[in-house]
Amino acid sequence: MASPDDLQFQEFEEAAELLSADPGASTLSMSASNNTTTATAAAAAAGGGGGGGGEDVKLDLSEDEEGQEESSELLGGQKATGGFWTFEYYQSFFNVDTMQVLDRVKGSVMPLPGRNFIKHHLRNNPDLYGPFWICVTLVFSVAISGNLSTFLSKMGDPAYHYRPQFHRVTIAAVVIFMYAWLVPIGVWGFLTWRQGNERQIGGYSFLETVCVYGYSLFIYIPTSVLWIIPYEWLRWTLILVAMAISGSVLVLTFWPVVRDDTKVMAVATVATIVVLHMLLAIGCKLYFFQTGVLLPTPATDPTTPPIHTTLSTQRH
Amino acid sequence: MAAAEEASRPFAGLSDVSISEDIPVEGDISVPVASSRRDEEFSTLDEPVKETILRDLRAVGNKFIHVLYPKRSSALLRDWDLWGPLLLCVTLALLLQGGAADSDDQGGPQFAEVFVIIWFGSIIITLNSKLLGGTISFFQSLCVLGYCIMPLTAAMAVCRIVLIGGSGTVSFAVRLVVVTASFGWSTFASTAFLADSQPPNRKALVVYPVFLFYFVIGWMILTFSPSQ
Repeated sequence: MASPDDLQFQEFEEAAELLSADPGASTLSMSASNNTTTATAAAAAAGGGGGGGGEDVKLDLSEDEEGQEESSELLGGQKATGGFWTFEYYQSFFNVDTMQVLDRVKGSVMPLPGRNFIKHHLRNNPDLYGPFWICVTLVFSVAISGNLSTFLSKMGDPAYHYRPQFHRVTIAAVVIFMYAWLVPIGVWGFLTWRQGNERQIGGYSFLETVCVYGYSLFIYIPTSVLWIIPYEWLRWTLILVAMAISGSVLVLTFWPVVRDDTKVMAVATVATIVVLHMLLAIGCKLYFFQTGVLLPTPATDPTTPPIHTTLSTQRH
Repeated sequence: MAAAEEASRPFAGLSDVSISEDIPVEGDISVPVASSRRDEEFSTLDEPVKETILRDLRAVGNKFIHVLYPKRSSALLRDWDLWGPLLLCVTLALLLQGGAADSDDQGGPQFAEVFVIIWFGSIIITLNSKLLGGTISFFQSLCVLGYCIMPLTAAMAVCRIVLIGGSGTVSFAVRLVVVTASFGWSTFASTAFLADSQPPNRKALVVYPVFLFYFVIGWMILTFSPSQ
Protein backbone atom coordinates (compact mmCIF):
# COMPACT_ATOMS: atom_id res chain seq x y z
CA MET A 1 0.00 0.00 0.00
CA ALA A 2 2.58 2.50 -1.10
CA SER A 3 0.51 5.30 -2.68
CA PRO A 4 -1.98 5.87 0.20
CA ASP A 5 0.98 6.13 2.57
CA ASP A 6 2.64 8.71 0.35
CA LEU A 7 -0.50 10.82 0.11
CA GLN A 8 -1.02 10.34 3.84
CA PHE A 9 2.32 11.90 4.70
CA GLN A 10 1.68 14.86 2.45
CA GLU A 11 -1.75 15.86 3.65
CA PHE A 12 -2.58 14.45 7.04
CA GLU A 13 0.44 14.85 9.25
CA GLU A 14 -1.33 14.30 12.55
CA ALA A 15 -3.15 11.26 11.29
CA ALA A 16 0.11 9.98 9.85
CA GLU A 17 1.83 10.14 13.20
CA LEU A 18 -1.00 8.31 14.89
CA LEU A 19 -1.25 5.74 12.12
CA SER A 20 2.45 5.05 12.31
CA ALA A 21 1.99 4.39 15.99
CA ASP A 22 -0.99 2.11 15.42
CA PRO A 23 -1.38 0.92 11.85
CA GLY A 24 -4.68 -0.75 12.56
CA ALA A 25 -6.50 2.39 13.61
CA SER A 26 -9.35 3.54 11.43
CA THR A 27 -9.48 7.21 10.60
CA LEU A 28 -12.55 9.37 10.09
CA SER A 29 -12.87 12.42 7.91
CA MET A 30 -13.62 15.12 10.47
CA SER A 31 -12.16 18.57 11.06
CA ALA A 32 -8.47 18.84 11.88
CA SER A 33 -8.87 19.55 15.56
CA ASN A 34 -10.87 16.39 16.06
CA ASN A 35 -8.36 14.11 14.39
CA THR A 36 -6.58 13.32 17.61
CA THR A 37 -9.66 12.48 19.62
CA THR A 38 -11.45 10.49 16.95
CA ALA A 39 -8.33 8.62 15.86
CA THR A 40 -7.40 7.63 19.37
CA ALA A 41 -10.98 6.73 20.18
CA ALA A 42 -11.19 4.63 17.06
CA ALA A 43 -7.86 3.04 17.85
CA ALA A 44 -9.06 2.12 21.27
CA ALA A 45 -12.36 0.78 20.00
CA ALA A 46 -11.30 -1.11 16.88
CA GLY A 47 -8.12 -2.91 17.82
CA GLY A 48 -7.30 -5.15 14.91
CA GLY A 49 -9.28 -3.90 11.96
CA GLY A 50 -6.32 -3.86 9.58
CA GLY A 51 -8.19 -4.35 6.35
CA GLY A 52 -11.06 -2.12 7.33
CA GLY A 53 -8.64 0.56 8.44
CA GLY A 54 -6.92 0.49 5.12
CA GLU A 55 -10.20 0.96 3.30
CA ASP A 56 -11.14 3.86 5.51
CA VAL A 57 -7.80 5.49 4.78
CA LYS A 58 -8.46 5.10 1.09
CA LEU A 59 -11.82 6.81 1.38
CA ASP A 60 -10.24 9.73 3.23
CA LEU A 61 -7.58 10.30 0.63
CA SER A 62 -9.94 10.05 -2.29
CA GLU A 63 -11.63 13.28 -1.19
CA ASP A 64 -9.82 16.40 -2.26
CA GLU A 65 -9.15 19.30 0.06
CA GLU A 66 -12.37 21.09 -0.83
CA GLY A 67 -14.31 18.11 0.32
CA GLN A 68 -12.35 18.11 3.53
CA GLU A 69 -13.24 21.75 3.99
CA GLU A 70 -16.86 21.06 3.15
CA SER A 71 -17.26 18.41 5.82
CA SER A 72 -15.42 20.53 8.30
CA GLU A 73 -17.68 23.47 7.48
CA LEU A 74 -20.79 21.41 8.07
CA LEU A 75 -19.35 20.12 11.30
CA GLY A 76 -18.07 23.55 12.28
CA GLY A 77 -20.89 24.02 14.70
CA GLN A 78 -20.88 20.47 15.96
CA LYS A 79 -17.38 20.23 17.27
CA ALA A 80 -18.62 20.18 20.82
CA THR A 81 -18.31 16.93 22.70
CA GLY A 82 -21.10 15.79 24.94
CA GLY A 83 -24.50 17.30 25.50
CA PHE A 84 -25.16 20.90 26.38
CA TRP A 85 -25.61 19.97 30.03
CA THR A 86 -22.02 18.80 30.44
CA PHE A 87 -19.13 21.04 31.37
CA GLU A 88 -16.96 19.72 28.53
CA TYR A 89 -19.44 21.10 25.98
CA TYR A 90 -18.71 24.64 27.14
CA GLN A 91 -15.04 23.95 27.61
CA SER A 92 -14.76 23.34 23.88
CA PHE A 93 -15.62 27.00 23.33
CA PHE A 94 -12.61 28.14 25.35
CA ASN A 95 -10.02 26.11 23.53
CA VAL A 96 -7.69 28.99 22.79
CA ASP A 97 -4.22 30.08 23.84
CA THR A 98 -3.00 33.56 24.63
CA MET A 99 -1.23 33.87 21.27
CA GLN A 100 -4.36 32.83 19.38
CA VAL A 101 -6.49 35.44 21.11
CA LEU A 102 -3.88 38.14 20.46
CA ASP A 103 -3.68 37.09 16.83
CA ARG A 104 -7.46 37.35 16.45
CA VAL A 105 -7.49 40.76 18.08
CA LYS A 106 -4.78 41.91 15.67
CA GLY A 107 -6.83 40.59 12.78
CA SER A 108 -9.85 42.58 13.90
CA VAL A 109 -7.85 45.79 14.16
CA MET A 110 -6.09 45.48 10.81
CA PRO A 111 -8.51 44.10 8.24
CA LEU A 112 -6.87 43.41 4.93
CA PRO A 113 -9.02 43.02 1.83
CA GLY A 114 -9.20 39.38 0.87
CA ARG A 115 -8.64 38.14 4.40
CA ASN A 116 -11.86 36.78 5.68
CA PHE A 117 -11.72 36.99 9.49
CA ILE A 118 -13.51 33.71 9.99
CA LYS A 119 -11.52 31.74 7.45
CA HIS A 120 -8.15 33.26 8.18
CA HIS A 121 -8.15 33.78 11.91
CA LEU A 122 -10.80 31.56 13.41
CA ARG A 123 -10.01 28.48 11.29
CA ASN A 124 -12.87 26.40 12.60
CA ASN A 125 -12.01 27.13 16.20
CA PRO A 126 -14.39 29.87 17.28
CA ASP A 127 -14.12 30.79 20.91
CA LEU A 128 -16.32 32.59 23.38
CA TYR A 129 -13.48 34.00 25.48
CA GLY A 130 -12.74 36.90 23.13
CA PRO A 131 -16.29 38.13 22.52
CA PHE A 132 -17.28 37.91 26.17
CA TRP A 133 -14.30 39.67 27.70
CA ILE A 134 -14.12 42.26 24.93
CA CYS A 135 -17.76 43.14 25.63
CA VAL A 136 -17.14 43.37 29.38
CA THR A 137 -14.07 45.55 28.87
CA LEU A 138 -15.98 47.75 26.42
CA VAL A 139 -18.83 48.22 28.90
CA PHE A 140 -16.50 49.44 31.62
CA SER A 141 -14.28 51.49 29.31
CA VAL A 142 -17.27 53.31 27.83
CA ALA A 143 -18.83 54.00 31.23
CA ILE A 144 -15.58 55.10 32.86
CA SER A 145 -14.44 57.23 29.91
CA GLY A 146 -17.85 58.85 29.68
CA ASN A 147 -17.71 59.71 33.35
CA LEU A 148 -14.20 61.15 32.99
CA SER A 149 -15.11 63.22 29.94
CA THR A 150 -18.15 64.68 31.73
CA PHE A 151 -15.91 65.54 34.66
CA LEU A 152 -13.26 67.18 32.47
CA SER A 153 -15.77 69.20 30.49
CA LYS A 154 -17.43 70.59 33.61
CA MET A 155 -14.34 70.99 35.74
CA GLY A 156 -14.29 74.76 35.57
CA ASP A 157 -17.93 75.10 36.60
CA PRO A 158 -18.03 76.00 40.32
CA ALA A 159 -21.57 74.74 40.71
CA TYR A 160 -20.62 71.30 39.42
CA HIS A 161 -20.22 68.52 41.94
CA TYR A 162 -18.56 65.34 40.74
CA ARG A 163 -20.77 62.30 40.51
CA PRO A 164 -19.70 58.74 39.69
CA GLN A 165 -22.76 58.10 37.50
CA PHE A 166 -22.62 54.42 38.17
CA HIS A 167 -25.97 53.72 36.56
CA ARG A 168 -24.23 54.15 33.19
CA VAL A 169 -22.49 50.82 33.70
CA THR A 170 -25.82 49.04 33.81
CA ILE A 171 -27.09 50.80 30.70
CA ALA A 172 -23.87 50.20 28.80
CA ALA A 173 -23.91 46.53 29.77
CA VAL A 174 -27.48 46.03 28.58
CA VAL A 175 -26.91 47.80 25.26
CA ILE A 176 -23.59 46.21 24.38
CA PHE A 177 -24.48 42.69 25.36
CA MET A 178 -27.78 42.88 23.52
CA TYR A 179 -25.97 44.09 20.42
CA ALA A 180 -23.28 41.42 20.69
CA TRP A 181 -25.81 38.59 21.01
CA LEU A 182 -29.08 39.59 19.33
CA VAL A 183 -27.60 40.99 16.14
CA PRO A 184 -25.50 37.86 15.42
CA ILE A 185 -28.58 35.73 16.07
CA GLY A 186 -30.50 37.81 13.55
CA VAL A 187 -27.73 37.79 10.97
CA TRP A 188 -27.06 34.08 11.32
CA GLY A 189 -30.76 33.22 11.19
CA PHE A 190 -31.27 35.38 8.14
CA LEU A 191 -28.26 33.97 6.29
CA THR A 192 -29.20 30.40 7.14
CA TRP A 193 -32.74 30.99 5.92
CA ARG A 194 -31.50 32.49 2.68
CA GLN A 195 -29.23 29.51 2.10
CA GLY A 196 -31.77 26.97 3.16
CA ASN A 197 -33.16 26.70 -0.35
CA GLU A 198 -29.88 25.72 -1.95
CA ARG A 199 -27.33 23.55 -0.28
CA GLN A 200 -24.50 26.01 0.16
CA ILE A 201 -21.23 25.30 1.84
CA GLY A 202 -20.26 28.83 2.64
CA GLY A 203 -22.46 29.37 5.66
CA TYR A 204 -21.07 30.27 9.02
CA SER A 205 -22.05 28.59 12.23
CA PHE A 206 -23.73 30.61 14.95
CA LEU A 207 -20.63 30.59 17.11
CA GLU A 208 -18.48 31.97 14.31
CA THR A 209 -20.93 34.83 13.77
CA VAL A 210 -20.92 35.71 17.47
CA CYS A 211 -17.14 35.46 17.43
CA VAL A 212 -16.63 37.86 14.52
CA TYR A 213 -19.04 40.38 16.00
CA GLY A 214 -17.34 40.19 19.37
CA TYR A 215 -13.86 40.67 17.98
CA SER A 216 -15.02 43.49 15.71
CA LEU A 217 -16.00 45.47 18.81
CA PHE A 218 -12.41 45.50 20.05
CA ILE A 219 -11.44 48.68 18.18
CA TYR A 220 -13.99 50.63 20.20
CA ILE A 221 -12.09 50.08 23.43
CA PRO A 222 -9.09 52.32 22.62
CA THR A 223 -11.45 54.64 20.78
CA SER A 224 -13.58 55.15 23.87
CA VAL A 225 -10.49 55.84 25.95
CA LEU A 226 -9.29 58.42 23.43
CA TRP A 227 -12.71 60.08 23.48
CA ILE A 228 -11.81 61.57 26.84
CA ILE A 229 -9.89 64.23 24.91
CA PRO A 230 -12.47 67.02 24.68
CA TYR A 231 -12.18 68.07 21.03
CA GLU A 232 -15.26 67.41 18.93
CA TRP A 233 -13.41 67.17 15.62
CA LEU A 234 -11.06 64.59 17.13
CA ARG A 235 -13.97 62.59 18.48
CA TRP A 236 -15.75 62.49 15.15
CA THR A 237 -12.53 61.55 13.35
CA LEU A 238 -11.92 58.74 15.81
CA ILE A 239 -15.43 57.41 15.52
CA LEU A 240 -15.28 57.45 11.72
CA VAL A 241 -11.98 55.59 11.73
CA ALA A 242 -13.26 53.02 14.22
CA MET A 243 -16.48 52.48 12.28
CA ALA A 244 -14.52 52.08 9.07
CA ILE A 245 -12.20 49.47 10.56
CA SER A 246 -14.75 47.34 12.37
CA GLY A 247 -17.31 47.78 9.60
CA SER A 248 -14.82 46.53 7.07
CA VAL A 249 -14.06 43.49 9.22
CA LEU A 250 -17.75 42.63 9.15
CA VAL A 251 -18.17 43.41 5.45
CA LEU A 252 -15.12 41.36 4.45
CA THR A 253 -16.49 38.47 6.46
CA PHE A 254 -20.04 38.49 5.22
CA TRP A 255 -19.64 39.62 1.61
CA PRO A 256 -18.33 36.26 0.26
CA VAL A 257 -21.32 34.51 1.76
CA VAL A 258 -23.90 36.98 0.58
CA ARG A 259 -22.66 37.74 -2.93
CA ASP A 260 -24.08 34.49 -4.31
CA ASP A 261 -27.53 35.78 -3.50
CA THR A 262 -29.47 38.20 -5.68
CA LYS A 263 -27.82 41.59 -6.03
CA VAL A 264 -30.52 43.45 -4.12
CA MET A 265 -30.55 41.10 -1.16
CA ALA A 266 -26.77 41.03 -1.00
CA VAL A 267 -26.40 44.79 -0.87
CA ALA A 268 -29.32 45.14 1.52
CA THR A 269 -27.86 42.59 3.94
CA VAL A 270 -24.45 44.16 4.01
CA ALA A 271 -25.95 47.63 4.33
CA THR A 272 -28.07 46.54 7.29
CA ILE A 273 -25.03 45.10 9.04
CA VAL A 274 -23.08 48.30 8.54
CA VAL A 275 -25.96 50.57 9.59
CA LEU A 276 -26.58 48.64 12.81
CA HIS A 277 -22.90 48.87 13.63
CA MET A 278 -22.90 52.61 13.01
CA LEU A 279 -25.99 53.06 15.18
CA LEU A 280 -24.26 51.36 18.09
CA ALA A 281 -21.16 53.53 17.83
CA ILE A 282 -22.99 56.82 17.39
CA GLY A 283 -25.55 55.96 20.05
CA CYS A 284 -22.82 55.21 22.56
CA LYS A 285 -21.02 58.41 21.74
CA LEU A 286 -24.10 60.59 22.03
CA TYR A 287 -25.30 59.07 25.28
CA PHE A 288 -22.11 58.55 27.23
CA PHE A 289 -20.09 61.50 26.00
CA GLN A 290 -22.50 64.37 26.28
CA THR A 291 -20.71 67.69 26.46
CA GLY A 292 -23.80 69.84 26.95
CA VAL A 293 -24.06 70.42 23.20
CA LEU A 294 -27.29 69.53 21.45
CA LEU A 295 -27.47 66.91 18.71
CA PRO A 296 -24.83 67.86 16.13
CA THR A 297 -26.45 69.98 13.43
CA PRO A 298 -24.84 69.77 9.99
CA ALA A 299 -22.22 72.49 10.21
CA THR A 300 -21.53 72.30 6.47
CA ASP A 301 -24.80 73.97 5.53
CA PRO A 302 -25.08 77.34 7.22
CA THR A 303 -27.82 78.58 4.96
CA THR A 304 -30.56 76.34 6.31
CA PRO A 305 -31.18 78.05 9.66
CA PRO A 306 -31.97 81.47 8.14
CA ILE A 307 -34.40 79.89 5.68
CA HIS A 308 -36.18 78.14 8.52
CA THR A 309 -36.50 81.33 10.52
CA THR A 310 -37.82 83.31 7.58
CA LEU A 311 -40.40 80.64 6.90
CA SER A 312 -41.52 80.60 10.50
CA THR A 313 -41.80 84.38 10.63
CA GLN A 314 -43.79 84.34 7.42
CA ARG A 315 -46.26 81.86 8.87
CA HIS A 316 -46.79 83.91 11.94
CA MET B 1 -13.38 -21.37 67.02
CA ALA B 2 -10.21 -22.60 65.32
CA ALA B 3 -8.22 -19.82 66.93
CA ALA B 4 -9.53 -20.75 70.37
CA GLU B 5 -8.61 -24.39 69.83
CA GLU B 6 -5.13 -23.40 68.68
CA ALA B 7 -4.72 -21.16 71.69
CA SER B 8 -5.85 -23.82 74.11
CA ARG B 9 -3.46 -26.53 72.79
CA PRO B 10 -0.30 -25.21 74.53
CA PHE B 11 -2.35 -25.02 77.75
CA ALA B 12 -3.97 -28.44 77.30
CA GLY B 13 -1.93 -29.80 80.13
CA LEU B 14 -3.01 -27.09 82.46
CA SER B 15 -6.73 -27.61 82.04
CA ASP B 16 -6.99 -29.09 85.49
CA VAL B 17 -4.98 -26.33 87.15
CA SER B 18 -7.05 -23.74 88.90
CA ILE B 19 -6.02 -20.18 88.82
CA SER B 20 -5.52 -18.66 92.25
CA GLU B 21 -6.85 -15.28 92.94
CA ASP B 22 -3.34 -13.98 93.80
CA ILE B 23 -2.18 -14.17 90.21
CA PRO B 24 -3.47 -11.08 88.43
CA VAL B 25 -5.18 -11.76 85.19
CA GLU B 26 -4.10 -9.16 82.73
CA GLY B 27 -5.69 -8.29 79.49
CA ASP B 28 -8.41 -6.18 78.07
CA ILE B 29 -11.38 -7.75 76.38
CA SER B 30 -13.57 -4.69 76.31
CA VAL B 31 -13.39 -1.99 73.59
CA PRO B 32 -10.44 0.31 74.34
CA VAL B 33 -11.47 3.54 76.05
CA ALA B 34 -9.24 5.66 73.76
CA SER B 35 -11.60 5.40 70.79
CA SER B 36 -14.48 7.11 72.58
CA ARG B 37 -12.06 9.81 73.65
CA ARG B 38 -11.15 10.34 69.96
CA ASP B 39 -14.82 10.67 69.09
CA GLU B 40 -15.24 13.34 71.75
CA GLU B 41 -12.35 15.33 70.25
CA PHE B 42 -14.01 15.50 66.80
CA SER B 43 -17.49 16.12 68.09
CA THR B 44 -17.83 19.85 68.54
CA LEU B 45 -21.40 19.69 69.70
CA ASP B 46 -20.60 20.10 73.36
CA GLU B 47 -18.04 22.84 73.21
CA PRO B 48 -18.98 26.34 74.21
CA VAL B 49 -20.13 28.68 71.42
CA LYS B 50 -17.27 31.07 72.08
CA GLU B 51 -14.79 28.36 71.14
CA THR B 52 -16.57 27.59 67.89
CA ILE B 53 -16.64 31.20 66.85
CA LEU B 54 -13.06 31.80 67.88
CA ARG B 55 -11.87 28.83 65.85
CA ASP B 56 -13.50 30.16 62.70
CA LEU B 57 -12.25 33.67 63.39
CA ARG B 58 -8.74 32.36 63.87
CA ALA B 59 -8.95 30.59 60.51
CA VAL B 60 -10.16 33.77 58.84
CA GLY B 61 -7.45 35.84 60.50
CA ASN B 62 -4.84 33.32 59.43
CA LYS B 63 -5.90 33.75 55.82
CA PHE B 64 -5.80 37.54 56.13
CA ILE B 65 -2.16 37.22 57.14
CA HIS B 66 -1.52 35.01 54.12
CA VAL B 67 -2.94 37.73 51.88
CA LEU B 68 -0.79 40.37 53.56
CA TYR B 69 2.35 38.41 52.76
CA PRO B 70 1.49 36.55 49.58
CA LYS B 71 3.76 33.57 49.25
CA ARG B 72 3.05 30.51 47.19
CA SER B 73 1.54 28.66 50.08
CA SER B 74 -1.33 26.29 49.79
CA ALA B 75 -2.92 27.11 53.14
CA LEU B 76 -5.37 29.50 51.54
CA LEU B 77 -6.36 26.93 48.99
CA ARG B 78 -6.58 23.88 51.19
CA ASP B 79 -8.92 25.16 53.89
CA TRP B 80 -11.10 27.49 51.94
CA ASP B 81 -13.92 29.32 53.60
CA LEU B 82 -16.25 32.06 52.43
CA TRP B 83 -16.62 33.91 55.75
CA GLY B 84 -13.75 36.23 55.00
CA PRO B 85 -14.97 37.24 51.53
CA LEU B 86 -18.47 37.85 52.89
CA LEU B 87 -17.10 40.01 55.69
CA LEU B 88 -14.94 42.01 53.29
CA CYS B 89 -17.71 42.42 50.73
CA VAL B 90 -20.22 43.69 53.27
CA THR B 91 -17.64 46.05 54.80
CA LEU B 92 -16.69 47.45 51.40
CA ALA B 93 -20.31 47.88 50.33
CA LEU B 94 -21.16 49.64 53.59
CA LEU B 95 -18.16 51.95 53.30
CA LEU B 96 -19.23 52.88 49.79
CA GLN B 97 -22.57 54.09 51.10
CA GLY B 98 -23.19 57.61 52.25
CA GLY B 99 -21.84 58.97 49.01
CA ALA B 100 -23.16 61.82 46.89
CA ALA B 101 -26.93 61.67 47.03
CA ASP B 102 -27.72 57.97 47.33
CA SER B 103 -31.29 58.51 46.29
CA ASP B 104 -30.18 60.14 43.05
CA ASP B 105 -29.36 57.64 40.37
CA GLN B 106 -26.39 59.71 39.31
CA GLY B 107 -24.51 58.77 42.44
CA GLY B 108 -22.24 55.96 43.30
CA PRO B 109 -23.02 52.27 43.27
CA GLN B 110 -25.82 51.03 45.46
CA PHE B 111 -25.20 48.36 48.07
CA ALA B 112 -26.73 45.70 45.87
CA GLU B 113 -24.63 46.77 42.88
CA VAL B 114 -21.41 46.40 44.86
CA PHE B 115 -22.51 43.02 46.14
CA VAL B 116 -23.48 41.81 42.68
CA ILE B 117 -20.29 43.06 41.09
CA ILE B 118 -18.07 41.38 43.66
CA TRP B 119 -19.86 38.05 43.85
CA PHE B 120 -20.90 37.66 40.22
CA GLY B 121 -17.53 38.98 39.14
CA SER B 122 -15.78 36.34 41.25
CA ILE B 123 -18.08 33.60 39.95
CA ILE B 124 -17.54 34.60 36.33
CA ILE B 125 -13.77 34.75 36.76
CA THR B 126 -13.80 31.34 38.42
CA LEU B 127 -15.91 29.87 35.62
CA ASN B 128 -13.59 31.46 33.10
CA SER B 129 -10.51 29.92 34.66
CA LYS B 130 -12.16 26.52 34.90
CA LEU B 131 -13.35 26.64 31.29
CA LEU B 132 -9.81 27.47 30.19
CA GLY B 133 -8.63 24.27 31.83
CA GLY B 134 -7.64 25.34 35.33
CA THR B 135 -7.16 22.78 38.04
CA ILE B 136 -8.33 24.88 40.95
CA SER B 137 -11.69 24.05 42.42
CA PHE B 138 -14.67 26.39 42.27
CA PHE B 139 -14.84 27.39 45.92
CA GLN B 140 -11.09 27.62 46.33
CA SER B 141 -11.00 30.21 43.58
CA LEU B 142 -13.92 32.15 45.09
CA CYS B 143 -12.10 32.08 48.43
CA VAL B 144 -8.87 33.46 46.94
CA LEU B 145 -10.56 36.20 44.95
CA GLY B 146 -12.65 37.25 47.93
CA TYR B 147 -9.76 37.36 50.39
CA CYS B 148 -7.62 39.40 48.00
CA ILE B 149 -10.16 42.22 48.17
CA MET B 150 -8.73 42.97 51.61
CA PRO B 151 -6.12 45.55 50.46
CA LEU B 152 -8.83 47.41 48.56
CA THR B 153 -11.13 47.44 51.59
CA ALA B 154 -8.28 48.83 53.66
CA ALA B 155 -7.73 51.48 50.97
CA MET B 156 -11.41 52.38 51.13
CA ALA B 157 -11.18 52.92 54.88
CA VAL B 158 -8.08 55.10 54.37
CA CYS B 159 -9.87 57.08 51.65
CA ARG B 160 -12.82 57.82 53.88
CA ILE B 161 -10.49 59.03 56.61
CA VAL B 162 -8.64 61.24 54.11
CA LEU B 163 -11.94 62.62 52.82
CA ILE B 164 -12.86 63.78 56.31
CA GLY B 165 -9.93 66.16 56.05
CA GLY B 166 -11.14 67.65 52.78
CA SER B 167 -11.71 66.75 49.14
CA GLY B 168 -9.27 68.92 47.25
CA THR B 169 -6.52 68.06 44.84
CA VAL B 170 -4.10 66.96 47.56
CA SER B 171 -6.58 64.52 49.01
CA PHE B 172 -7.30 63.22 45.52
CA ALA B 173 -3.60 62.66 44.88
CA VAL B 174 -3.22 60.79 48.17
CA ARG B 175 -6.28 58.68 47.43
CA LEU B 176 -5.02 57.92 43.93
CA VAL B 177 -1.70 56.69 45.26
CA VAL B 178 -3.32 54.57 47.97
CA VAL B 179 -5.88 52.99 45.64
CA THR B 180 -3.32 52.28 42.93
CA ALA B 181 -0.98 50.63 45.41
CA SER B 182 -3.71 48.46 46.90
CA PHE B 183 -5.02 47.53 43.44
CA GLY B 184 -1.55 46.35 42.48
CA TRP B 185 -1.23 44.45 45.75
CA SER B 186 -4.58 42.70 45.27
CA THR B 187 -3.80 41.66 41.72
CA PHE B 188 -0.35 40.45 42.67
CA ALA B 189 -1.64 38.49 45.67
CA SER B 190 -4.41 36.76 43.74
CA THR B 191 -2.20 35.85 40.79
CA ALA B 192 0.36 34.42 43.22
CA PHE B 193 -2.29 31.97 44.33
CA LEU B 194 -4.12 31.37 41.07
CA ALA B 195 -1.41 31.40 38.44
CA ASP B 196 0.00 28.01 39.30
CA SER B 197 -3.23 26.21 38.54
CA GLN B 198 -3.32 27.22 34.89
CA PRO B 199 -1.67 25.72 31.83
CA PRO B 200 1.31 27.92 30.99
CA ASN B 201 0.16 29.14 27.58
CA ARG B 202 -3.10 30.52 28.99
CA LYS B 203 -1.87 32.33 32.07
CA ALA B 204 -2.45 35.79 30.59
CA LEU B 205 -5.99 34.82 29.58
CA VAL B 206 -6.78 34.04 33.22
CA VAL B 207 -4.92 36.96 34.78
CA TYR B 208 -6.58 39.63 32.63
CA PRO B 209 -10.12 39.20 34.04
CA VAL B 210 -8.69 39.34 37.58
CA PHE B 211 -6.93 42.58 36.65
CA LEU B 212 -10.18 43.99 35.23
CA PHE B 213 -12.13 42.93 38.34
CA TYR B 214 -9.83 44.68 40.79
CA PHE B 215 -9.55 47.68 38.47
CA VAL B 216 -13.33 48.16 38.53
CA ILE B 217 -13.42 47.84 42.33
CA GLY B 218 -10.54 50.32 42.59
CA TRP B 219 -12.44 52.69 40.30
CA MET B 220 -15.51 52.48 42.54
CA ILE B 221 -13.35 53.30 45.56
CA LEU B 222 -11.52 56.17 43.88
CA THR B 223 -14.66 57.89 42.60
CA PHE B 224 -16.38 57.81 45.96
CA SER B 225 -17.30 61.39 46.67
CA PRO B 226 -18.91 62.31 49.96
CA SER B 227 -22.20 64.15 50.07
CA GLN B 228 -21.85 67.81 51.00
